[in-house]
Parts: sequence; structure tokens; C-alpha cells
Amino acid sequence: MGLRYGTGAEVLRDLDFRLSKGAFYFLTGPSGAGKTSLLKLLYLAQRPTRGRIALFGEDLTAAPRDELPPFRRRIGVVFQDFRLIRHLSAFDNVALPLRISGASEEEVEGPVREMLAWVGLADRASARPPTLSGGEQQRVAIARAVINRPELLVADEPTGNVDADMAKRLLHLFTSLNALGTTVVVATHDIGLINATPGAQMIRLEGGAVSDPTGTLRNPPPVRMS
Amino acid sequence: MFGWLFTSLPERRLLGTRPLQGPTPWVIAIMTFAIMIIAAAGLALAETAERVSEGAAARYSVQVPGGQYSLPQVMNVVRSAGATNATAVPESEMRRTLERWLGPSGASADLPVPALITFDAGPRTDLGAMDRRVRAVAPGARVIAHREALGPVLKSLRALQWIALVLALLLGGACAAAVVLAARGALDTHRFTIDVMHGIGATDVQVTQLFQRKIAIDALIGSTAGAAAAAVILIGLAAGAAFAGDLMGGATLGLVDIVVLALIPIALTVLATLVARAAVLSTLRAAL
Repeated sequence: MGLRYGTGAEVLRDLDFRLSKGAFYFLTGPSGAGKTSLLKLLYLAQRPTRGRIALFGEDLTAAPRDELPPFRRRIGVVFQDFRLIRHLSAFDNVALPLRISGASEEEVEGPVREMLAWVGLADRASARPPTLSGGEQQRVAIARAVINRPELLVADEPTGNVDADMAKRLLHLFTSLNALGTTVVVATHDIGLINATPGAQMIRLEGGAVSDPTGTLRNPPPVRMS
Repeated sequence: MFGWLFTSLPERRLLGTRPLQGPTPWVIAIMTFAIMIIAAAGLALAETAERVSEGAAARYSVQVPGGQYSLPQVMNVVRSAGATNATAVPESEMRRTLERWLGPSGASADLPVPALITFDAGPRTDLGAMDRRVRAVAPGARVIAHREALGPVLKSLRALQWIALVLALLLGGACAAAVVLAARGALDTHRFTIDVMHGIGATDVQVTQLFQRKIAIDALIGSTAGAAAAAVILIGLAAGAAFAGDLMGGATLGLVDIVVLALIPIALTVLATLVARAAVLSTLRAAL
């Protein structure tokens, strides 16, 4: 597939790869290589301008827009700029995916408190994003992305604003989710993060194309990370 | 059906705005006020036209030029033809009427004033035969149907009714257009929240319901306030009914008219809600 914005040059070209269900991927590449654009395709914020994209076994290339929300609910996204709603508390931001999925307030309360505690923000539940530090906002964004136990987790530089300890803790959260069956795709420049995740696969983007010299991305082995 | 009106507190927090923020309630209040006053005027005109038309349907006059002398004979002809309520208009009243139009010279005894008999035609009254017999006893006299004399007035009243209806519809259209602009403005203001909600898997209907609810509440508050203000004005006018009665032939609003007026704020609220829903849905569909 390929992707271009408007009439500009293609930012992604001739991509041809498959993600194994339950695998852990790091998406790497220099700035401007198209990592964020590829993630947008994965979390269904963009459609490819040519070629096709299938998620969860369904071809979604030309799926009508009202068929996309159920697929989006199966995807957790950690945005590079966090994308927290400024006028909502940390609690309400984390609870948003559950509420959109139709969970009752009783079903929301426990899991959200637990998740906030897990990311170390139990005492900041009622704080609004502008009053949180960059690292705290990032943790709220991660809590929101994983609260629904997504089948696919897509994270764009998820540890960019946190210290090494918290980065390790968040990576542990991702690998725990992965162990429960979630497919994880993390875009990062953090070599330490990659090294700390044995068994993860690499997707290297360069100049809008995937580097896949061994062909393992095109035809991945049907084995999920243990 | 109305579940969207009773969203939870967290859902209401999503837009981060309170009811009555922004110009929408004020615009709808002003529109409701104007529509109700115009509609009340239109309905009062319709009532007046109906009354005048009913009153004139069987009402006739015999005009006898310079004919105070032959008045008793003409009156006999009229009564014998089966007419009821036959009354000769006193000359003094005729002169008073003329004075209003012509000034003091209208009351001058030198000005010839025709004699006038008004009557209601009965079911067996043969107006053609009556006309012939009246002319026989008073040459130059003629029978005049009031509905013919009032025809232009009734036509004007009907035209004013239509103008009132068109104005009310135009204001309703302007109200709908204002709601569309308000809905689009609200979408722009909350674009980020909508993008986040969509990204997390919210449907267009879920997003739309937030805006629909806010605009429905704004419209309800605005239209109620506008209707209350219009009601105060209309009640004030009704209190001055002596003046209005003289001016409009005693026009009043019937029960049906009052029900129609009471339905206007409800109709505007429903219109605003439906228009807002359509505007938000169509704008959202333009996105991925």
C-alpha cells in the first residue's frame, strides 16, 4: 500500500507486511521516515491512498466510516502528543474508552482507579491535564490506551517524556498486555527500550518504505512471543 | 427515543460547556418572540376576517339617494320581502360619519345625505324582486350587499394573513440556519474532543447526541423565554382590547389560536434539535 497527503509525494510507499497476532513490534526509523503515518493507518485514522489494509481479518480499505468504530474499540492508541482532553480529569480521560464502549459507572470506577494506581497516578485522578507534568500526561494517555484491554496496542514514542524507571514500568505493562494476547506496535527511538524486550520484532521504516531483507515481515512465522 | 436527553454526568462533561453558553439561546429566544407576535397578529387577522365575512354574508343595505321622503315606503318593501333586522340609519349618524371624513363641512345641512336602511336577508328573501320594487317606489335606490363592499378589505386581511405566515416561516428558516451555524461552530470548538472520541471508537451518533442534547436544552430555554416575553406583550395588548377592538372589529384569539401559539416554542425546539442533529451528522460524515 501507499499513502500520500493531498497532492504531495507519497510518505509511505509499497508497504507490504503482516503483523502476527500476539506479537510485539518496535517500529523504528529516522525522523520523517513515516512512522507516525504508518501508525495512523494501523489505528484507522487514515486510509491508504492505494493498496489495501486489513485488520482483525477484515479488509477495511474501503469500509464505510460507520463500520470503523467497533474496530477502533479493539485498538489502544498512545499518541505522541498524548491527546488528552484538557477539560476532563485524569480519571475521566482514562474512563473514556470504557464509557464509549457502553460500560456503566460501576464497571468504570474500579478498573480506572486500578489503572491509575498502576501508572502511579492514584492521587492525581481528579487533576486535569494542564496541571499534570509531561510524564504524568503520558502515563494518563497510556492508561487510557490499555484500559479496554485492546487486541492491538499502538504507541507512538510512549516513553519519550518519562524517566528510566517509569519507562521500564510502562514497558512491563506493554509486555504484560502482550503476554495476555495483545499485539503491540511501539514506535520508538529508544534503543534501551528495544534491548529490554527480547523476542520483539523490528519494523524499520526508511524513506517511507519498510526494510525487510529477510522477508519475515511479509511472511511472518505463526508464532507469538512467549 | 429520548434517551439522548438523559445522558450521564460524565458524558455531559465531555463538551465542557454549560447550557446557555454562546448565542444560541438568545437567537432562538428572539426568533420565538418575533414568530409568536407575528403568528398572533396573523391569527387575529384571520379571526377578524372570519367575523367580518360572517357578519357581512347576509347583511345588505338599501341606499336611497336624497330619499328621506320615500324612506317609509322603502322600509315597507324591505320588511315585506322577508328581511329581518331592518333598520334605518339615522341621518345624524350618517352626518357624523361624513364629518369624520370631510371635516365640519360634512355635517352641513346643505350636503345631501342618502337615506340608508340596513337589513339581514332571510332564507326566502328574493333580493332581485326587492331591488325592482325598491326602485319602483324610490327611483335611483339600490340594494348593496355588504360582502361586495367589504370584498377589498377582506382580501387585504387575507393577504396580511399570508404575509404573517410567510414571515413566520422565514423566521423559522432563519432560526434553523442560526442553529446550523451554531452547531458547526460548536463542532469546530470541540474538534479535538471529537477527534479523540472518534479515535477511541465513538460512533457519529454518540458524538452527535452530545451536541444534540446541548442545542435541545439551549433551544428549549431560549424558546420558552421568547414565548414568555411574547405572552406578556400579547396579554398586555389584550388588556388594551378596547382600543384593539375598535381598530380590528373586536378581534380576539380563540382557544385553538392560543394552542397554536403555545405549540410554537415546542415546534422551534424540535426544529432546532433536528436541524442540529442533521448538521452535526453531515459534518462528521465528511471526516474519516
